[in-house]
Amino acid sequence: MSYAFAAQLNSLLAALILLTAFAMLVQRRMYALLHLFAWQGLFLSISTAVVGFAAQSHHLYISSVLTLAIKVILLPYILHVLIRKLKIHREVETIVNVPTTMLIGIALVIFSYHLTAPIRELSTLMTKSTLAVALATVMLGLLMMITRRHAVTQIIGFLAMENGLFFAATSATYGMPLVVELGVALDILIAAFIFGIFFFHINTTFDSLDVDQMARLKEED
Amino acid sequence: MIITPATILSLSFAVLLLVVLLALFLRSHQRLLITAGYSLMAVAALLTAGAGVWAVSRGTIAQVILPLGLPDLPVHLRLDHLSGFFLAVIGLLAFFVSVYSVGYVKGFLGHRQVTSLVIFSSLFLAGMFLVVLSDDAFIFLVSWEIMAASSYFLVLFEDERIENRRAALLYLVVAHVGAIAILLSFGVMAGLATDYHGFEGYTFDAMRETDLPAGWATAAFLLAFFGFSAKAGVVPLHVWLPEAHPVAPSNVSALMSGVMLKTAIYGIIRVVFDLIGDFPVWWGALVLIFGLISAVVGMLSAVMQQDLKKLLAYSSVKNIGIILIGIGLSMIFSSSEMVLLAALALIAALYHTLNHAMYKGLLFMGAGAVLHATHERNMENMGGLIRDLPWTAALFLVGCVSISALPPFNGFVSEWLTYQAFLLSPALESPILNLLIPLGAALLALSGALAAAGFVKAFGITFLGHRRGTHHHRVHEVGWAMRAGMLLAAITCLGLGVFPTYLIHWMDPITEQLVGGKIASSAAGFGWMWLTPIAAERASYSAPVAFVGILAVVVVTYLILHTRPGTIHRVPLWDCGFEKITSRMQYTATSFSMPLRRILGFLFSVKEEVKPFPPGAHPAFPERLQYRLRVRDRFWGWLYKPVIDVSFWISRKVGKLQQGRIQVYLIYSFVTIIVLLLFL
Repeated sequence: MSYAFAAQLNSLLAALILLTAFAMLVQRRMYALLHLFAWQGLFLSISTAVVGFAAQSHHLYISSVLTLAIKVILLPYILHVLIRKLKIHREVETIVNVPTTMLIGIALVIFSYHLTAPIRELSTLMTKSTLAVALATVMLGLLMMITRRHAVTQIIGFLAMENGLFFAATSATYGMPLVVELGVALDILIAAFIFGIFFFHINTTFDSLDVDQMARLKEED
Repeated sequence: MIITPATILSLSFAVLLLVVLLALFLRSHQRLLITAGYSLMAVAALLTAGAGVWAVSRGTIAQVILPLGLPDLPVHLRLDHLSGFFLAVIGLLAFFVSVYSVGYVKGFLGHRQVTSLVIFSSLFLAGMFLVVLSDDAFIFLVSWEIMAASSYFLVLFEDERIENRRAALLYLVVAHVGAIAILLSFGVMAGLATDYHGFEGYTFDAMRETDLPAGWATAAFLLAFFGFSAKAGVVPLHVWLPEAHPVAPSNVSALMSGVMLKTAIYGIIRVVFDLIGDFPVWWGALVLIFGLISAVVGMLSAVMQQDLKKLLAYSSVKNIGIILIGIGLSMIFSSSEMVLLAALALIAALYHTLNHAMYKGLLFMGAGAVLHATHERNMENMGGLIRDLPWTAALFLVGCVSISALPPFNGFVSEWLTYQAFLLSPALESPILNLLIPLGAALLALSGALAAAGFVKAFGITFLGHRRGTHHHRVHEVGWAMRAGMLLAAITCLGLGVFPTYLIHWMDPITEQLVGGKIASSAAGFGWMWLTPIAAERASYSAPVAFVGILAVVVVTYLILHTRPGTIHRVPLWDCGFEKITSRMQYTATSFSMPLRRILGFLFSVKEEVKPFPPGAHPAFPERLQYRLRVRDRFWGWLYKPVIDVSFWISRKVGKLQQGRIQVYLIYSFVTIIVLLLFL
């Protein structure tokens, strides 16, 4: 596999990650959303491995395997169990309608390209063109958290944001030091457990996982 | 090992730390904990006082850099004359109060755990010692906060009463507003010391060497003055003082009123004379004006009080005022290049600092003894206690005489020196100051007269007459430890009053360090008997002669009355033919201050109402009259309430941002990120 081919492959994977991010933004079914998240993780994992191969930095292989294990298998599995236990596979309601969300998403992607333009000119890495996609994925994840009502979708949005950050790290600097990545992976795992526990409690307290219900927690004056 | 003040001080800190550890291990042996803890604190305090006295008289400056604190920002400590003096003041009173506490704190046995009291007392002392030893802004603020936080917990000791919690919170808020101002002031000085490059400016040495531009120097001074005034209780920032001091346990009030306020005085002197060093005349005038306001308003408020400890707390405001007057005059003289007069005024301020620590400590300990014996703070329910508490009464009287500035006790010396500084002010060039300063002297005289009235009231209503209270349980004299603490303070008051020349000689290096002048040679120009501040033809006072004279008159009178039989008759009191005298027919605390309330009541918001009792009775034939009086500080309504209202208003407006919906919060962060990305 030549260097140029690796770069091409990486760009393709970046495009796929962006595509899944958009798909997640509009997907209304919970299970489908989860599968999209797993796909995004898979693309991310492959992309990490490709970058690791092309840049000869072998610790990226470990990152790639970690991503595969946690973001493609473990987290989707945990969330899957959660969804089944809490019986929340019905459709996800959005606050803003789909076309508007898409338009905002497109604007964010353009904005990301605009922002990373100066970096693209300075950088010599082969992954320099994917930095904009990484930034866009972070923003789309945040956008997803804002436009959804359901607590589980917000968590998926949060995890998608983390995917974006991870991707940004690989594309900007060929990955963070391994120690940091191990720490982040562990954090994500623990976060998922904490979310799970909290969901059970929220569900028993409010009989729903609609975060609008939590507006009641505000102090009244 | 060579023994120096610094080694003694480290020993003292080690002892204080030991007390904290001891308190943790002796939780189940409260009685032993009190005896051991406070005895060790007394030892530590005495060591510190000794080190302080030695440091002042030895006249060298010791500096240490400890590799503690943040990386690259080590802790600087410095023991010079000024900090030595304050160490001596704090240590001496802390010694007396610790001895006293051995007895006083035992009063809590059986009611509540005293472990926290011991721990925080020890930390409080360590905090105060560290404040005056600090030689960089960082350790200064850290120890300042140790002091504030531990005293907060001490005020909160009896936390089941809502007034205590309220007072402690108010104290904490004012202390922190002050601390922020001090922080900003140090920030200005430290920043300009390095032109905002690097952090080396945080040492006091760097600040000393920097010549601040006039505008920034003024900003630093005003911030520091504001911050330290909040701690010292300068009017109008004094509102926390009469709330917090009365509710704290009395040994704590003695320390807070006696020496904690003095750390703020130390801060003002340190920043103005040492760190900034070069200042215009109007700074001194500003300090002088606030000192005068505090002196008059503080004492006037004190006279109005019915609560013994509140009266003492307000009189602390007055005394801080007098100290500030001395500092203000010293600043005026110093910026007019009159070093001798500047030294005189500064000596007056420092002397008053020492004196106030001693007699206010004594008075709070006395009030604590009364509280201990009667469980009563309200003077209206006291009276006649001199028969049950002869020791306490006599020692409290010493405190009252000292604070009313009567010879031969110490209050007179320092107030007299302050008047001397006032009277020498015509030497100044500025005509406006020449006009205003005599007015200040008149105000100081007014506050002195009010102080006399206030302490006649405090002593008379509490100890003389008949018991007014409703419950008549037997009152016992307090134990030996409490008496010993008070006795030591009383003896110190007398000593400081009789031998002022020695004290001034001892304090001379301080003024030489700060304002470049010394007065010991002229003050003791006629031997140790005569105190002649500047020149004998201007003014002179011989404390020993006054003491011996007064003593002689008292002894002779006593002998005349008690040696010849028949000169003293004990007969029933003339009761105007009313036949049945009750304890209600005597002066009360409220009636004592009535004339002053009539004349100067406009300075307060006074609410007075007289209602017949029972409520339905015909006004002409009431069974009894119900009299209700409420005197409140006007400053609360003028200054604090608007601030509180505005902050509530702003909070309500800002509260609208809190929608409680998670999406809205996310949008906030999203917008913030986008905006930051766009503009940075």
